[in-house]
Amino acid sequence: MDWLSIINLALGELLNPLTAVYVLAALGLAVHFGFTGLLNFGQAAFAAVGAYGMAISILTFKLPLFGAILVGILATVVFALILGIPTLRLRADYLAIVTIAASEVFRYFMTTIGFSDVTGGSTGLSAFNKEFESLNPFPDGIYGFGPFEYREEQLWVRVVGWSLVAVAAVFLWLLMRSPWGRVLKGIREDEDAVRSLGKNVFSYKLQALIIGGVLAGLGGMLFSFSLANVQPQSWGTTFTFMIWTVLLLGGAATIMGPIVGSMIFFVLLMLTQSIIGGLVDIGWLPFLTPPQVGQIRFLLIGLVLMLLVIFRPQGIFGNKKELQFNG
Amino acid sequence: MIQLNIGVRRHIALVLGALSVLVGLLLSPMAAVADETPAPTDEPTSSLVIKGKVKNEGVGVEGIILKVSGNGFSGEASTDAEGNWTLSVPTKGIYDVEIQLDSLPEGVGLRDPETTVRQADLSMVESASVLFPLGVDTRVEQAFGDQLAIRLFAGLNLGLLLAIAAIGISLIFGTTGLNNFAHGEMVTVGALFTWLFYTVLGWPLLVSAAVTILIGAFVGWGQNAAIWRPLRKRRLGLNQMMIVSIGFAIVARYILLLFFDGDTKGIGTDNNIIEIGPIKTTATSLTSMAVAAVALAAVAIFLTRTRLGKATRAVSDNSSLAASTGIDVENIIRIVWIMAGALTALAGILYGLQFQANWLTGFQILLLLFAAVTLGGLGTALGATVGALIIGMVVELSTLVLPADLKYAASLLILIVVLMVRPQGVLGKKQRIG
Repeated sequence: MDWLSIINLALGELLNPLTAVYVLAALGLAVHFGFTGLLNFGQAAFAAVGAYGMAISILTFKLPLFGAILVGILATVVFALILGIPTLRLRADYLAIVTIAASEVFRYFMTTIGFSDVTGGSTGLSAFNKEFESLNPFPDGIYGFGPFEYREEQLWVRVVGWSLVAVAAVFLWLLMRSPWGRVLKGIREDEDAVRSLGKNVFSYKLQALIIGGVLAGLGGMLFSFSLANVQPQSWGTTFTFMIWTVLLLGGAATIMGPIVGSMIFFVLLMLTQSIIGGLVDIGWLPFLTPPQVGQIRFLLIGLVLMLLVIFRPQGIFGNKKELQFNG
Repeated sequence: MIQLNIGVRRHIALVLGALSVLVGLLLSPMAAVADETPAPTDEPTSSLVIKGKVKNEGVGVEGIILKVSGNGFSGEASTDAEGNWTLSVPTKGIYDVEIQLDSLPEGVGLRDPETTVRQADLSMVESASVLFPLGVDTRVEQAFGDQLAIRLFAGLNLGLLLAIAAIGISLIFGTTGLNNFAHGEMVTVGALFTWLFYTVLGWPLLVSAAVTILIGAFVGWGQNAAIWRPLRKRRLGLNQMMIVSIGFAIVARYILLLFFDGDTKGIGTDNNIIEIGPIKTTATSLTSMAVAAVALAAVAIFLTRTRLGKATRAVSDNSSLAASTGIDVENIIRIVWIMAGALTALAGILYGLQFQANWLTGFQILLLLFAAVTLGGLGTALGATVGALIIGMVVELSTLVLPADLKYAASLLILIVVLMVRPQGVLGKKQRIG
């Protein structure tokens, strides 16, 4: 096995745009679950609504890039309102079932042939990122060193992605220290107590759902720019469950948790992929075929999710007292 | 307590025995399936292959044209003399496979007339098979009344199927409070093991079904003993357990993928069409509906008439109160898991025999099951049955007005709407919504 290339590949994951996408969606989920206690199993749909909102605005309505991004953000806000108003008064597990159902409904509507003129059907949309690439300030060339070597367009999407992460992290850190953030934590700990203080719990929950949803929507747009396409199958429930794994790995009620959790998650994923793949190549695992290596990775994700929730629900950075799964 | 334990054992044996005998009795007239060996095909240029077989009444049909598109690729394939076709595709991803209706022989149509496009998912596996079962051409213009009758019949069929799986979810939720996301995988277990025993090993259907139900019961018992009981002892929160069940579902799904591969398996091939008025159906579907109805009735009798069933309902209502009257709560939960496993495997068997199954089948049904249970009212077995019938009907009736690929979306939308209007579900009690 070529250890150098394995380690290079794994380190490359650290600054991968996909890692930043997961950080953004997991930060959003931290607002929902970690700080407010909402069980949102539809984070994939928030990201998808943002991505489709942006791409459709550019392709069908010919909006300029920033107008399209604004539409994408507004679309996630509207989606959060539609989901939140009927369900946030209900018990937590109802929200879980409704959000996962809504995310699948959205995916079905994006896949159906009936709307494929606008949504692209199961093939999805592409050719919307010309303007994004034209804004690239970096001249042609190779930048960076070792595992972090990028062409100009790779560098551009990484700079945009991680700047977005930095802004979002600082914004959330300030927000959660504010009186507003303390009310959210109060709702997580004891809804009735907060209500008896005269706070409108429903309204706070809805605001939290919107803020977390918009973060996921931004993640979805970043995902689309980095891959230059939007496809319905990217936004299945697997995406949501991977975000949950990232969040619980890092620590649900923290800001650093989603960031470091996402980095560790992808580095480990790449390491296991390369090492198991390498062992298969040299014939140490004769019962596995190369395509099964990718499948084993997902099996491990499930296992990690189970073990984390059972043995270390607060994650790497969390404080056990702060993480309360209500119910 | 000892007496109850003996009673418990006897009841488990009774329930399982009854289920197996029942399936055996009702399924025995079905015809056996001939072995299918895939014909040798040309060496593909890429390792990713979409393939399939087009058959009419058990015989391959030549010259059917299939269009494959997706991920920037489009191509065409046509079937050979045995009805086989293959096409290699360049990249991983999901492809649409469309059967060209004008290439079908005269008087022959799709058995599922709405579905001219099926998806081949190559994002995780190297080869996927797409099957278009043919039958008598039903494309002739039908009167709305006839279409309605056909859809109602299909809805009843699907609803009964969902009901036997949903009752398991409902009983588990009632007695333990767990929303089990790994329930769909028990449906998959039922379908895939039947495929293994019946289609691959060639066992009689009766024996295959009975052994599969036993495996389902074992899986139910096993996951309770290995995972859920220890977690209850650790006093893990219910929402935490729900996330554990998601993780477990992922693990179980990928284990099934490793052992059974990702291709779609056709298990039953029953081509004897039975006509009841406008409705065209098969002996398999009719027996499946009868089996499901009898199984539902058996569960209802168990819950209302037997001592153990009453104890189960007592635990559902208030487990600490039930415990203080001398009911062994853990024992009841164990029985519920065994029953749920057996019933859900039965649902998988019936589903697999009528439709096709692959490693994702259960996961695709899972949301419909949750919709059924939530719609009927969480935690009530009768509610789950009613909810499942409603969901089955909505799925099938929606195709009268919506394209067929939105039928699952329609049922999930109904769930969201009902939760807005009546959050406790159709038959639920108000206190449960919290």
